[in-house]
Amino acid sequence: MSVLIIAEHQNNQLKVETHKSITAGLALGDTVDVLVLGEHVNEVASEVSNIIGVHQVLVADHAAYAHQLPENSAALIHALSQGYTHVLAPATTTGKNIMPRVAALLDVCQISDISEVLATDTFKRPIYAGNVIATVQSSDPIKVITVRCASFDRAETGNNAPVVAVEQVIDNALSQFVSEEQAVSERPDLSAASVVISGGRGMQNGENFALLEGIADKLGAAIGASRAAVDAGFVPNDMQVGQTGKIVAPDLYIAVGISGAIQHLAGMKDSKIIVAINKDEDAPIFQVADYGLVADLFTVLPELEQAL
Amino acid sequence: MKILVPIKRVVDYNVKVRVKSDNSAVDLDNVKMSINPFCEIAVEEAVRLKEQGHASEVIVVSIGTNAVQEQLRTALALGADRAIHVETDAHMESLDVAKTLAKLVEQEQPQLVILGKQSIDADNNQTGQMLAALCNYPQGTFASNVAISNEHVHVTREVDGGLQTVQLTLPAIVTTDLRLNEPRYASLPNIMKAKRKPLESMSLDSLGITPKQSLTVVKVEDPPVRSAGVKVADVAELMDKLKNEAKVIS
Repeated sequence: MSVLIIAEHQNNQLKVETHKSITAGLALGDTVDVLVLGEHVNEVASEVSNIIGVHQVLVADHAAYAHQLPENSAALIHALSQGYTHVLAPATTTGKNIMPRVAALLDVCQISDISEVLATDTFKRPIYAGNVIATVQSSDPIKVITVRCASFDRAETGNNAPVVAVEQVIDNALSQFVSEEQAVSERPDLSAASVVISGGRGMQNGENFALLEGIADKLGAAIGASRAAVDAGFVPNDMQVGQTGKIVAPDLYIAVGISGAIQHLAGMKDSKIIVAINKDEDAPIFQVADYGLVADLFTVLPELEQAL
Repeated sequence: MKILVPIKRVVDYNVKVRVKSDNSAVDLDNVKMSINPFCEIAVEEAVRLKEQGHASEVIVVSIGTNAVQEQLRTALALGADRAIHVETDAHMESLDVAKTLAKLVEQEQPQLVILGKQSIDADNNQTGQMLAALCNYPQGTFASNVAISNEHVHVTREVDGGLQTVQLTLPAIVTTDLRLNEPRYASLPNIMKAKRKPLESMSLDSLGITPKQSLTVVKVEDPPVRSAGVKVADVAELMDKLKNEAKVIS
């Protein structure tokens, strides 16, 4: 079995989703190659070569692959996929964008969002917003897969795999990058943070999310939100934790003023420890919380910040 | 220009699904079915583009048994002009659906195809991207804004960490994210009118499509249940538990 993994990076920073996908890849085969696709990505490539288990790093560094637009990226991955039994990418917005395009070019079905590898052709994946777990088996010659990174540990570093340049350039000019608005934050990424504190509709407005910031700073935590808080316009959508937002599994998840709708639980219930703070003692969030505190969040949050 | 909007009939998002006792499938008997929410957003976007004068016709299409005609009628009531029903009782994976849609794109020649980014049953998030590959069209997935200007469409995409805007040369494929729009409710007069709008049926065979069946569901099961923990009285007790019992903070 030989596995090709598409590295996740953003603004030329390697993302932890890559390390986690490599763990999934190593469960499938001994030979795990990683493709780094983008422009000015040599540093990312050398960082990938440090990850234990990587056989070789392929680097496609060209303006045509900047921003990893799917038309060119998928065509290149398709061209490089010969000889591999599995092609994997993290189930990030980049991986979700590119991989089905690769699968269609290869005329194979894609297996989305795998949470467990049972055999080289058999996988578990959540369906119905995580309310059902399906075991699926693929008979396609190449398995095209996206990986639910929250379900896999990160691969360690301490390696020096060879880095090989990919010279092939595919530029079909069907699409062009126009602009990007990235949320600037000193805090860790939601999907990579070991502590996440999230606010829900109970926060009442966007300004009150400041109450979470002091706690997040002390814990080195990322700040998330429920879909209710996003829909109410309190905070932007990229903070959303849930089936339609980010899937997280930190060591500690603190849910503040979140009732615990199924769609939110789907995004955080694999967290190691869950704390819920809510004034409604019947809120469903308490059914999954290791520690529940029935209290008014506006009283408790300042106390918590002081206690840390 | 024409806009094609494929829609899927799925379990209503309010229904709590149950796994059958033999773990073979999810029990769909006697549960409420609806248009997939992301597909409804796609219909709404297409109808708005028509109302703004960018589109001349909105065609909705659905694949499945006769039951999908119910969702097609709903889409017609929301403002689509005509409907195509591709009839089959076969299980269709995303690739099969994309191949079927590619045939219809060939026949209808739409400038824009708008799809939901994923269906809330299989949660695959594949069909739009696959269709784009098969047609060799550009794609703008997870759209939160769609703006048409001459030969191009600008799509603002919801990506990890923010928003990205891309310019696509038409014809193009767009898939919808939640914040693209808020779908309207169908009014009673429009529901009545929808009954008289054209709905054409064709068989999957007539399009030359045979489902690939390379992906098998071996079994389905309930996710592991997380049991409720303890209630703490105050912040002091919570801190104590986190430090000394869970050991997640120091």
